[in-house]
Amino acid sequence: MNNKRSKSLFSGTLVAQALKASIIKLNPAVMIKNPVMFVVELGAAIVLLMTVFPGYFNAEETVGFNLAVFFILLFTVLFANFAEALAEGRGKAQADTLKRTKEEITANKIIGSSVKTVASSELRKGDVVVVSQGEMIPGDGEVIDGLASVDESAITGESAPVIKEAGGDFNSVTGGTRVISDSIKVRITSDPGETFIDRMIALVEGARRQKTPNEIALNTLLISLTIIFLIVVVTLRPIAAYVGIELEVPVLIALLVCLIPTTIGGLLSAIGIAGMDRVTQFNVLAMSGKAVEAAGDINTMILDKTGTITYGNRMASDIVPVGGASLEETAAWAAISSLQDETPEGRSVVEWIKQNGISYDLSIGEDGSFVEFKAETRMSGIDLRDGRKVRKGAVDSVRKWVLAQGGAIPHDLERQANRIASDGGTPLAVAADNRIVGVIYLKDTVKPGMRERFSLLREMGIKTIMCTGDNPLTAATIAREAGVDGFIAESKPEDKIAVIRREQAEGKLVAMTGDGTNDAPALAQADVGLAMNSGTTAAKEAANMVDLDSDPSKIIEVVAIGKQLLMTRGALTTFSIANDIAKYFAIIPAMFMLAIPEMEALNIMSLGSPLSAVLSALIFNAIIIPMLIPLAMKGVAYRPMNASRLLSRNLIIYGLGGVIAPFIGIKLIDLIVHVWI
Amino acid sequence: MDILQIVIVIGLLVLIARPLGHYMHRVFSNEPSRTDRLFGWCEKPIFALIGLKQRTGMSWKRYACSFLVTNFVLVALGYILLRLQSGLPLNPNGIPNMETTLALNTIISFMTNTNLQHYSGESGLTYFTQMAVITMMMFTSAASGFSVAAAFVRGITSKGNTLGNFFEDFVKAHTRIFLPLATIVTLVLVALQVPQTLDPTLTVTTLQGATQQIAIGPVASLESIKHLGTNGGGFFGVNSAHPFENPNAMTNIIQILSMWSLPAALPFMYGRFAKSGKQAWVIFSAMMLLFLVFLTVAYTAERSGNPLLNDIGIDASQGSMEGKEVRFGIAGSALFTTVTTAATTGSVNNMHDTLTPLGGMVPLVEMMLNVVFGGKGVGLMNMLIYAILAVFICGLMVGRTPEFLGRKIEPREMKLIAIAILAHPFIILAPTALTFVSDLGMGSISNSGFHGITQVLYEYVSAAANNGSGFEGLADNTPFWNISTGLVMFFGRYISIIAMLAVAGSLARKQWVPETIGTFRTDNALFTFLLIGTVVLIGALTFLPVLALGPIAEYLTIR
Repeated sequence: MNNKRSKSLFSGTLVAQALKASIIKLNPAVMIKNPVMFVVELGAAIVLLMTVFPGYFNAEETVGFNLAVFFILLFTVLFANFAEALAEGRGKAQADTLKRTKEEITANKIIGSSVKTVASSELRKGDVVVVSQGEMIPGDGEVIDGLASVDESAITGESAPVIKEAGGDFNSVTGGTRVISDSIKVRITSDPGETFIDRMIALVEGARRQKTPNEIALNTLLISLTIIFLIVVVTLRPIAAYVGIELEVPVLIALLVCLIPTTIGGLLSAIGIAGMDRVTQFNVLAMSGKAVEAAGDINTMILDKTGTITYGNRMASDIVPVGGASLEETAAWAAISSLQDETPEGRSVVEWIKQNGISYDLSIGEDGSFVEFKAETRMSGIDLRDGRKVRKGAVDSVRKWVLAQGGAIPHDLERQANRIASDGGTPLAVAADNRIVGVIYLKDTVKPGMRERFSLLREMGIKTIMCTGDNPLTAATIAREAGVDGFIAESKPEDKIAVIRREQAEGKLVAMTGDGTNDAPALAQADVGLAMNSGTTAAKEAANMVDLDSDPSKIIEVVAIGKQLLMTRGALTTFSIANDIAKYFAIIPAMFMLAIPEMEALNIMSLGSPLSAVLSALIFNAIIIPMLIPLAMKGVAYRPMNASRLLSRNLIIYGLGGVIAPFIGIKLIDLIVHVWI
Repeated sequence: MDILQIVIVIGLLVLIARPLGHYMHRVFSNEPSRTDRLFGWCEKPIFALIGLKQRTGMSWKRYACSFLVTNFVLVALGYILLRLQSGLPLNPNGIPNMETTLALNTIISFMTNTNLQHYSGESGLTYFTQMAVITMMMFTSAASGFSVAAAFVRGITSKGNTLGNFFEDFVKAHTRIFLPLATIVTLVLVALQVPQTLDPTLTVTTLQGATQQIAIGPVASLESIKHLGTNGGGFFGVNSAHPFENPNAMTNIIQILSMWSLPAALPFMYGRFAKSGKQAWVIFSAMMLLFLVFLTVAYTAERSGNPLLNDIGIDASQGSMEGKEVRFGIAGSALFTTVTTAATTGSVNNMHDTLTPLGGMVPLVEMMLNVVFGGKGVGLMNMLIYAILAVFICGLMVGRTPEFLGRKIEPREMKLIAIAILAHPFIILAPTALTFVSDLGMGSISNSGFHGITQVLYEYVSAAANNGSGFEGLADNTPFWNISTGLVMFFGRYISIIAMLAVAGSLARKQWVPETIGTFRTDNALFTFLLIGTVVLIGALTFLPVLALGPIAEYLTIR
């Protein structure tokens, strides 16, 4: 899915569509939503009128210049529209893929005792349908009867089918996915148009996109800057007239457009859409841009131990002989019992022995018949050629098995097993015939790299809290190993809410992941709730993000994407505002130079002529927008580090860069433009 | 010697500012302290008299209303007194009633702490109105500004729904800050030969045998509060250049420090409220660095003299002394000018109209910014607004939504701040442009060319920043100027104050965000520079085009 969805930034069709859309967006009724660019469009319209009817405006002599100004202004607007259209286009392309899964499906609706074939669009909440092998599930719902494997690749991109069954946390199914074996009864839980896929399409299309609070606040600032400069420019004409300087309207419009924050004004919505899009690329669906922004602000992250921090399956971390057996002997039996055991636990035993350099006679196990693990026996093992039987499994079961064979129980078995359990591990007893030779210490293993990631989070000022059903001892062990900042042992779902509320009362923003129905209240309470797609409908409804890959550790990346979004917005705003210095030094001397030749002293870039200076500043102002589109789309480079270092780094690049770049850019453009003017 | 004088004054200021700021925090934090015993005896009867028993906290709206109503009552009272002054007591010189638009302009001017004077004190006011209107308003307008600043600082540094009690702040600002300080400074000035009398104008016979009128009056008392309250309206028309207002270099330094200390102390008061000495230093350093740049420009420009005069061979070794008092010299004048417009006092000890173009640009820009110390609380509030803007623009670059002092800056605050930052350029540039298209305005301009632009611009900048210094030379006592500057002063004062109180009210109600290592820091050197950058980019560059047509063009054409 990741690969399927991520298209190159400027793929041909996308660009063609965006070009078309950027012209359609010129419609003033649409433009007014972006007041900064609307002012530019208005300026372009005025200059166009002056070019077309020069007689009326006494502008016969400057038709050529005015025409040039008009085109630059037009392109400034088009570039901004293009940025937005391109960002939207990428979302639309994804939406189209999804829409294909939404084509009309027929459903087998159960009415009373009979089954009737209806169109999926006729299904309503509460209807019950039967879906059999090979059929599409007609709508979102819960499995109420049966068990089936379902191909969810349309949504998740993951080709391996998942098992859905009635009851429990794996009962939710999504419309548009396909049943590939067996048959299930599904109770529909959403009306047409409100299904998961519908919401997903709306989200990626950006149709329901609402401005986030930060965007609104930033827009307010941009609008006030625009108004301020409007005041500056409008009042300049009568003031200049006092000293006999007649300022041409197109020059004033050029000054205005250069001073108002067109760069960020043109890219702001593209940054927002692209940020959402990056989350989507990452196979996480954010229900709103606000959720992505909130992710950047997270102070505390609540993580489930199993699946997020640890693998959840236990690995052999030690082998303890009991009853006087030697380590080599115990290890050999443990290995032989696991030779054909393909479970992660079994493989980890063989692995451990190999790593610890213990050798044993492999041939003993040859041609033995493997005894699989069964829920009743809670043991697995091997029956050897020579009739000997080797078993490993839960201590109780193995003890019973040995007693049944007439064997004795070593006196230190109990003690070792208890020690392992109290350390947070799981003891597996190993027995050969009627003799228990030792205990395998299975331990929950922290995923590699988690420790580093947590320390990076700490550096960003994010506290991690681990939630686990384990006893406090086990929890403490894992917490120490993973390097989390805190843990809640023997946690019940209520505990999570309590922790979230406590943190929120201190003003912190909390993120958490969850999948079960009992996680739903906590997911809703959290500022960022990431539900697993494999989870229940209730969890997904309560959360403000859904991870289609059901990988809970992704929450960490989501935070990074949120931060990156905010940083990009800040960097481009700073850049845009810092640009003004150079533009002042280009246009102000140019405006007054004819009347006040001494103004040449302010022409520190020694631009060729007043006209070329004005045009160069305008051209720079226009082309900087498309030049920054890739940055707006990809986001600024982000590595986790503390705020002071991040700030210094970004300030140097985008603040100082924003001051210097236009001086160079305008000068270079002037060198070319001056050849003509 | 010049430099030494400047260094000593700045050194003294830095020494005074911190303890004074901490004292002000004690006054406005309303926590019981030793000073209560010292001032309780006079405050208790006042509180009892005005029926202020509970002194409960007010929401920002109630606070703003109390502030406005108090101001408007004083305006009405003052207006009536000015219009009826000829018949009131203490009018030994027989001064007539003030004309309608001039009275309106004067009363707004003093209530808004602008003290722009379109009249000449010695001939336009009686002793009674000098004291009951002008001096009274010098206290009350400064106390109003301080109260509002205290409320604003409380809002952005504390939690809850209230910003404090306006009446309590207002009374305490008088009893604990302005009255005691004014008394001390008055006595010192009297000791340094500044007149303080109710006798009528002296009529003396000069050595040539001619008869001359020498205006005197209760000058010292007015001088002290004129500067302490960063008011600026002089007893005499020529203000602190007059030998009775500011007789010598010593009184000059005392006046500079009087107007500068309280605004410079405010950042330290804020630091105490914010429980962070570093925050105080960030704000103070930003103000001081900007100040030093301005002072350097003003001093060098004046020192190097007027190029036109230099060209015709006039001795320029003293610098440009036109319009300056010999007893103050270049240093005393440049420092006074830079301080009076930084602290938006508006008193002058030299005629700003005669400053060299760049020297004259300094007061102009300082007033345009109104954050380089700034007067009576407003300077600190403006600087903090710029701090919020800096946080808002750059804060995003650490990957978090912007926070200032643990509070998120959200759309509501930005809208209010937008009002404040929009109003200032609007009320300066719109009337300036209007002047140049109307005959009424044009008629008063006494200079042609670039200097004429500076003249008009200066008048409105001074009014909008509630500074009140005059560029002089402008024939401004006409209905057009009285009304237009009156409105500019009015909006310049109240729009931004109400918007900022609303910001404070909104921030006070917010949930605090705990500070972590991922938080944007606002208490280090980097932020000081960011703050200065924001002030320059958003505050100053806005005015660059019009400055280019005024002082910059003038400078370039005569150099």
